[in-house]
Amino acid sequence: MTMGGEATALDGRRLRLHVRGAVQGVGFRPYVYGLATRYRLGGFVANDPHGVIIEVEGERASDFVAALPLEKPPLARIDEISVHPVGAMASEEFCIRASKQGRVSTRIVADAATCPECLSELFDPASRFHRYPFVNCTHCGPRYTIAERLPYDRPTTAMKRFAMCKVCADDYADARSRRFHAEAIACPQCGPRLSHEIQDIAAAIAAGKIVAIKGLGGYQLICDARDEAAVQRLRQRKERDQKPFAVMVGSVDAVAGIADADAAELALLEMAPRPIVLMTSRHRLAPAIAPGLSRIGIMLPVTPLHHLIFEALNSVHKRAGESWATVATSANPGGEPLLLDNREAELRLAGIADLIVTHDRDIVTRADDSVAAVVAGRTRFIRRARGYVPEPVRLAQTVPPILAVGGALKSTVTVTRGNEAFVSQHIGDLDTAEGVRFFEETVGHLLSTLDVEPVVIAHDLHPNMASTRFAEASGKRLIAVQHHHAHAASVMAEHGLTGPALALVLDGFGQGSDGGNWGGELLLCQSAQFRRLGHLAPMMLPGGDRAAREPWRMAASVLHGLRRSDAIATRFAAQPQAARLCAMLEQPGVPVTTSAGRLFDAAAGLLGLCPVQSYEGEAAMKLEAHVRTPRIAKSGWTIEDGVLSLFPLLARLAAEGIDPVDGAGLFHGTLAAACVDWIGRAARETGITTVALSGGCFLNAILSSEIERGCIAAGLSPLLPRQMPPNDGGLSLGQAWIAALKLLEPQGQEGTA
Amino acid sequence: LSHGAGGRAMAQLISGLFHQAFGNEWLAGSNDQSAFDVTAGRMVMTTDGYVISPLFFPGGNIGSLAVHGTINDIAMSGARPLYLSASFIIEEGFRFSDLKTIAESMGAAACAAGVYIIAGDTKVVERGKADGLFISMTGIGLVADGLDLSADKAKVGDRVLLSGSLGDHGVAIMSKRQNVAFQTEIVSDSAALHSLAAAMVAAGGGGIRVMRDPTRGGLAAALNEIALQSELGFHLQESMIPVKPAVAATCELLGLEPIHVANEGKLVAIVAPDSADAVLAAMKAHPLGSNAADIGEAVADDHKFVQMTTDFGGRRIVDWLWGEQLPRIC
Ligand SMILES: [Fe+3]
Ligand SMILES: [Mg+2]
Ligand SMILES: [Zn+2]
Ligand SMILES: [Zn+2]
Repeated sequence: MTMGGEATALDGRRLRLHVRGAVQGVGFRPYVYGLATRYRLGGFVANDPHGVIIEVEGERASDFVAALPLEKPPLARIDEISVHPVGAMASEEFCIRASKQGRVSTRIVADAATCPECLSELFDPASRFHRYPFVNCTHCGPRYTIAERLPYDRPTTAMKRFAMCKVCADDYADARSRRFHAEAIACPQCGPRLSHEIQDIAAAIAAGKIVAIKGLGGYQLICDARDEAAVQRLRQRKERDQKPFAVMVGSVDAVAGIADADAAELALLEMAPRPIVLMTSRHRLAPAIAPGLSRIGIMLPVTPLHHLIFEALNSVHKRAGESWATVATSANPGGEPLLLDNREAELRLAGIADLIVTHDRDIVTRADDSVAAVVAGRTRFIRRARGYVPEPVRLAQTVPPILAVGGALKSTVTVTRGNEAFVSQHIGDLDTAEGVRFFEETVGHLLSTLDVEPVVIAHDLHPNMASTRFAEASGKRLIAVQHHHAHAASVMAEHGLTGPALALVLDGFGQGSDGGNWGGELLLCQSAQFRRLGHLAPMMLPGGDRAAREPWRMAASVLHGLRRSDAIATRFAAQPQAARLCAMLEQPGVPVTTSAGRLFDAAAGLLGLCPVQSYEGEAAMKLEAHVRTPRIAKSGWTIEDGVLSLFPLLARLAAEGIDPVDGAGLFHGTLAAACVDWIGRAARETGITTVALSGGCFLNAILSSEIERGCIAAGLSPLLPRQMPPNDGGLSLGQAWIAALKLLEPQGQEGTA
Repeated sequence: LSHGAGGRAMAQLISGLFHQAFGNEWLAGSNDQSAFDVTAGRMVMTTDGYVISPLFFPGGNIGSLAVHGTINDIAMSGARPLYLSASFIIEEGFRFSDLKTIAESMGAAACAAGVYIIAGDTKVVERGKADGLFISMTGIGLVADGLDLSADKAKVGDRVLLSGSLGDHGVAIMSKRQNVAFQTEIVSDSAALHSLAAAMVAAGGGGIRVMRDPTRGGLAAALNEIALQSELGFHLQESMIPVKPAVAATCELLGLEPIHVANEGKLVAIVAPDSADAVLAAMKAHPLGSNAADIGEAVADDHKFVQMTTDFGGRRIVDWLWGEQLPRIC
């Protein structure tokens, strides 16, 4: 937050304050009203296109100014307050003035979990909101997911079809109420209704049934997380073989029974966005929840409906010695975006859920549950969506309006406005028609809610991505950004860095500037340009994307590279294609890759941990789950002309009969040490000590903390993604930042390095 | 073959070879052009260059492929192919015996199809200026009255009929190139489709809207192009698409999908729903369509997506790949 203007010699004068930030629809005006009344000031507060305008006069006006940022409502975010003296008007009354319409330049805030006040009303028999699953106020409830456009007013939200009853209308108009201008205000008399009784929902869950419920940003599937048969049934019906399910518990006290959580993790769990937080599992739930993994994703109730269900489970269906935990997974059919339409949900969930619980408040914008972890004491996003979107990333400077369309998997899009970058919620993969439609809707929704007309569209170099084609069809000016450059720039944008900086990008795949299959890259980034200082030693990628799904192929590629092809057929005898793959590796023309992700796959494949993956990242996650202590293999790597080769390490992992726990520890420790050595050499050569760390492999907590620690010990300044995920979910922010820097360059200096 | 010196003798040798292999009255005339009678109606004409590696593959060679490919391009309009012309660019050093084999299989392919190669040209170029042999071929054919097949004629609700298994040609070529033999040798499907097409037209008449031979880019490219031209989408059922086990296994090995792989003896037809059964029956009755299948339908779609319900139940976009199949998984 910054403060500007003259705030001196306040007495006896009237002050005009402009407040910018997330200050609309969050109870800010009643808050100001209360504060001004407390200090007995005259004046007014009103929304304006830039945020909120306040005028105050009276003896204690300076106290008001000092208190204003300190006591703000929970969902408000103040970016800037400016204070200017104006002529006194001798007004004694303070009032809230009606909003002025105008060009939109404020924003919708993110959805927030039920606040403590609403929660106590929910379970207070005397409250008119007693057991009402849609209770909310200006401190909590749906926002982004029910807003059609700005300004955020009831007629432009999914609440427009519900006429307020007299009591709600009075609350809505009462400046002293927590529900003053709470656009989603609703009560049992006038608001949305649930399709089923809570007791029936709880009974179904307790009976081992699979229940679909309409949540904030989409439908969720819920079942008893301790009931292995129920979880297996859910896997079968969802056709989801191994990919972990998240779990919901009724309160933070229930976490200790299922996971070893530290204070930072519990704090993250309880924050208003209510993300799914990955924690060390105590393996107390059904084994099918997260097969072969050491961490489990846990979340707390987000909506009053969740609270009611857990209250019923923990009282009516109480179990001795343990509190309830349910699976809570998004009800999207096979990789498609979340369902949001009631009829569509009933149609498509009929084969999955035994009970479908809906309500009549529409979801305007889908948003998945966010997923995060605490790595080395800081929040690391895995998926950024509900609760965080549309909070912007503050950029180092004001930039032209840009749309960046991201990649093809785990997509997001970014729109810039002024010095802010609005990164969309996780959209998902763009290989289904629904995915592409959701992508297009998200672009449209962001541009219209932000009232932005982009001058440039930034996209990936890959020609076959739906996002690239969307950009090409737009007719706008295009800026293509190399995948790993965008990964690096995403971190730099977050940290307000224009360079020069080193960047270590450990990633799966991205098309290189030379058309190659890049993935483990050491870059030098300067303004909009980059130079490839080095890369991982190329490995054969037998069968393209097939090799990415089948780690045994990468292991075979390594064995071939170690001149041990003879071992392939026997070691991978369970793979019908092993002998032919071996023959294929002998031929010229097999594509190669410098991918770091495939290096993890190779290690997992050599250790026999996950020959074939059933979901993306499975091999790397299972490898990580095996680590007890990271250890460094002596002479485990070589660096020559910037090329880092881990072949000496892989040769050790290829030894017959190596213990996977030893191997996993050796792999993580050695890779991290090698990377630090690699960066250190580049730092000495270039004199640059700032290094951005990015790419999907930084979801690996052990690798990430080891590299970060090593860099600091080597006197380097590592920067990690804090507000964005390190994977392709952060790509669009990086693309936007590169495009911005390119546009801001002096004329005639365009072009890539 | 040599270039330059001895050119005259060489030219005679080559033209003798082709005359003999293609054997017909027009070439025997040894003119720079061939004359033929024109009947009333609409004619179609097509031209294509054949640049492939390897030149010989299980099930054919560049010569038979050129004849089949050119005939098929004509046949996909519903026309009866009549005459072909061929132009050869031969790299110096190319073996005469190979050229002879190629010429003979062209003659045999044309003869079997009942068409004539009535004009030709050969050029021998210096070593390094061509990769062995390039063939450029032109063909003309005659369309029956009232028949007007075109990629922009598909309508919502039409059926998608495929004449047989996908990927045989491309996989035969690739397994030869990458030396990944399979227990059973995979043979190219290279074949002339005009009699199959004629049988379908006879059975379906005006109900056939579009026919395509899904060559380079495979069925995916063919259907995406029709979708674009006709401004609609397609929904396919993966389980209905015939793929030979050896082809499927090799695609899996190479990381390819059969729907993106080239065919040289298959056609896809977009057929009005009420003609679909009759056309499919006619296809199955023909030796080149015995494995024909109804694999999906045309649907309204402003995105003009070709989508496929996979064997796993999900429905995904079947992309139109630009360039080769690049990795995507990050
Ligand atoms: Fe990536
Ligand atoms: Mg052709
Ligand atoms: Zn509340
Ligand atoms: Zn009410």
